[in-house]
Amino acid sequence: MKRANLLNLFLATILIATAGLGCKKTPKNVTTIPGMQNRAPVSDQMGNMQAGPGTGIGVPRTGAGGSELKPGDIANPIDGTEDRSALADMTIHFEYDRSAIKTSEQPKLDQVATFMKNTPGVQLRIEGNCDERGTPEYNRALGERRAIAGRDYLIQKHGIPSDRITTVSYGEDKPVDLGKTEESYAKNRRDDFVILRPK
Amino acid sequence: MHLFSFSHRSPEAETLNLNSPRFHRARSDPHRAASSNRSYAQLAATFHRLTFLSVVAIAALIALRNISAAEDERISVYGTAKVRVIPISLSGYSGEAASVLRFDLEIAGFDITDPDKAQYLLSGKNDGGQVEGRLQDRLNKANLLAKAYTGDTTRSQAHALADDVVMTILRVPGIARSRIAFRQDRAGGTGEIYLADYDGQNAKPVTQDNAIVAAPTWVPTHWHLFYTSYKSGYPWIYSHNLTTGERRPFARFPGLNSSAAISPDGNRVAMILSKSGSPDLWVCNIDGTGLTQLTKTPEDESSPCWSPNGKTICFASKINERRSLVLIPSTGGAATRLRTDGISNPSEPDWSPDGNTIVFTSQMGNFNICTVPAAGGVAEPIVAGEDPSWAPNSRTVIFTKRVGGKRILSLLDVPTKRVKDTAQISGSRSQPSWAK
Repeated sequence: MKRANLLNLFLATILIATAGLGCKKTPKNVTTIPGMQNRAPVSDQMGNMQAGPGTGIGVPRTGAGGSELKPGDIANPIDGTEDRSALADMTIHFEYDRSAIKTSEQPKLDQVATFMKNTPGVQLRIEGNCDERGTPEYNRALGERRAIAGRDYLIQKHGIPSDRITTVSYGEDKPVDLGKTEESYAKNRRDDFVILRPK
Repeated sequence: MHLFSFSHRSPEAETLNLNSPRFHRARSDPHRAASSNRSYAQLAATFHRLTFLSVVAIAALIALRNISAAEDERISVYGTAKVRVIPISLSGYSGEAASVLRFDLEIAGFDITDPDKAQYLLSGKNDGGQVEGRLQDRLNKANLLAKAYTGDTTRSQAHALADDVVMTILRVPGIARSRIAFRQDRAGGTGEIYLADYDGQNAKPVTQDNAIVAAPTWVPTHWHLFYTSYKSGYPWIYSHNLTTGERRPFARFPGLNSSAAISPDGNRVAMILSKSGSPDLWVCNIDGTGLTQLTKTPEDESSPCWSPNGKTICFASKINERRSLVLIPSTGGAATRLRTDGISNPSEPDWSPDGNTIVFTSQMGNFNICTVPAAGGVAEPIVAGEDPSWAPNSRTVIFTKRVGGKRILSLLDVPTKRVKDTAQISGSRSQPSWAK
C-alpha cells in the first residue's frame, strides 16, 4: 500500500515535471527583465534615525578615527520652545543677492540685542531667507550667510555670547510672499528672529 | 568584426548568440568594437559597393561611429554640434509600449518618422506579456536586431528594447532603464525625497518626514543616497542606504550642512558646511573621518561636484564680487576660476561622467541650462531651466523647469538640444540627481 502510494507520487511528480518542460517554450532570443521587486523597497524599510546627542559627522564618535570636532561645535542650542512672536517685528531685510546688514536695519538688531540682554536663559535662532531669484543650493548658502551676518552683528557690536545664538537657512523654501514682484521678493530676503525658551 | 558580419546575417541565425557572453561583450564594449582601423576600411569598402549610398551617408555613419569610438572624440562631435537626429520608424506597437519607445528614442536623438523617410525600421509587437522588436537598416536591408522581452512590466520591456536599439545604432549604453532621485514638494513648503524611472514614472517616496528636503545625490554605483533634510529643524546631511533602509545623520554641525556630493570612487564626500563662520567647501571620507576645509572665504560656496578622476572639485562661489564656477584640487590647494565666457551668474555645476563637459545653470534674467568644456571656455546656453544633472551616458541631462507656479523635471539631449518633459502627476519636482 505504502509502496503503491509512493509509486503514484513518483509518477505524478514525473508527469508534472514533464508537463512543465513541455510548456516551457521560451524562445532563445527572449530577454527576461528583472522586475522592480528585485530592487530594495524604499519607504517601507525606513530605518530609524540614529541621531545621537551633539553635532558633527555621523553618529557620535570617540577616540581615534573620529572626526575632529572643536569644542564650540558641540553646543548647538536646538532645544527649547519656539516663541516666534516676541521678535516678530524685528525681521530685517536685505538687498538682492547681498548679506550685508543695511544701516536701516541696524536699529532692529539693536533691539534684538537688548531683548537678549534683558532675558537671560533664552536662546535666539536667526533664520535666513531668500527670494526665489537664485538656484536652490545657492540660496541655501546665501540665507545662511544672512543669518550669520545678523549673528555676527549681535556678537561683535553687543557682545551677545555666541553660544546663545544659532543660525538656520531656509534658502528660498519659506517665502512670506508668493508674489513675483520686486515688492514680494524684497519681503522674502530677510532674517527672522525666533526665541527659544527653556522647556 | 562582429558588428559588421552580424548585420549581414539573418537575425534568426544570430538569435542563439544574442544572450551569449561573447555577444554582450562585443556589443557593450564600444572601444573594442570600434578600435580597429580595419573595421573602418571594411565598413567603407562594403558600403561603396552599395551604390545607392552616397559618400555623405558614409561620412555620417563614420561620424556616428566616432561618437562611441572614444570619449575624447565624442566631445569634438559635440563641439561642432553636428550630431543630427536619426530618422527611425516604429510599426506594430500600441499603447504603453508605443509611447515608451517613442519617448525613449526621441530623447536618445532619434526622430520617429514614416518608414519611407527612415534610416532604420523598428517593427514588432506587444502582446502576450512581451514586447518584440526587429531593427532593420532601411537602405541595405540589413537586420540589426531581433529580440523579445518578457518579465516585469510592459514599460520595462519597452525600455529594454529602446536601450538595445540605442546600443545597436549609436554604440553606447542606453539610459532608458536608469533611475533618478529628486525633491518632491507638497503644499506648505515641505517635501520628500523621491525615486523614479528616468522618465518620471514609477515615482516612490524615499523619506516620509514631512520636512524641507534638498539636494539628493547618489553614491556612485550604489543603491544609496545622501540628501539634506530639515527633519531635526536644521539642515543636516543624511546618508540613506536604500538596500537596507538604514539611514543616519551624516553631517550635523551648527548652521548649514548641505549640497553633499560623493566622489566617483565612492570614498569621499564634498559638502557645504558653515561651521567655521561662512558656507565653505569641506571634504571628508565616506566614513566621516578626515574632515578637511577646502575653502575659507567670506562668500557662500555651493553645489560641489567631482571630476570623474576624483582629483578636482567644481563648485559655485564668488570671485571679486562676481559669481563664478571655481575649480579646486580635492585634496586642497589653490582655487581657480573656470572660464564660462559669454554668460553670467553661473551656479549648480555638474561634471559629465566622461570628464569633458560641465553643465550648469546661468542666471541672466531667467535661468538657463548651459554647458562649458571642463577646461573652461565659451559657455553655451541651451534651454531655460536649472538644477542640471548628467545621465550616465554623458549626453542627456535632467533639469528643473519652472512652469507657472510649479516645477517639473525635463530631459535634454545635449547634442541635438531636444527637450522632453517627464511624467508628473502633481506637486513640484526639483533638484534631480541621475543615478550613475
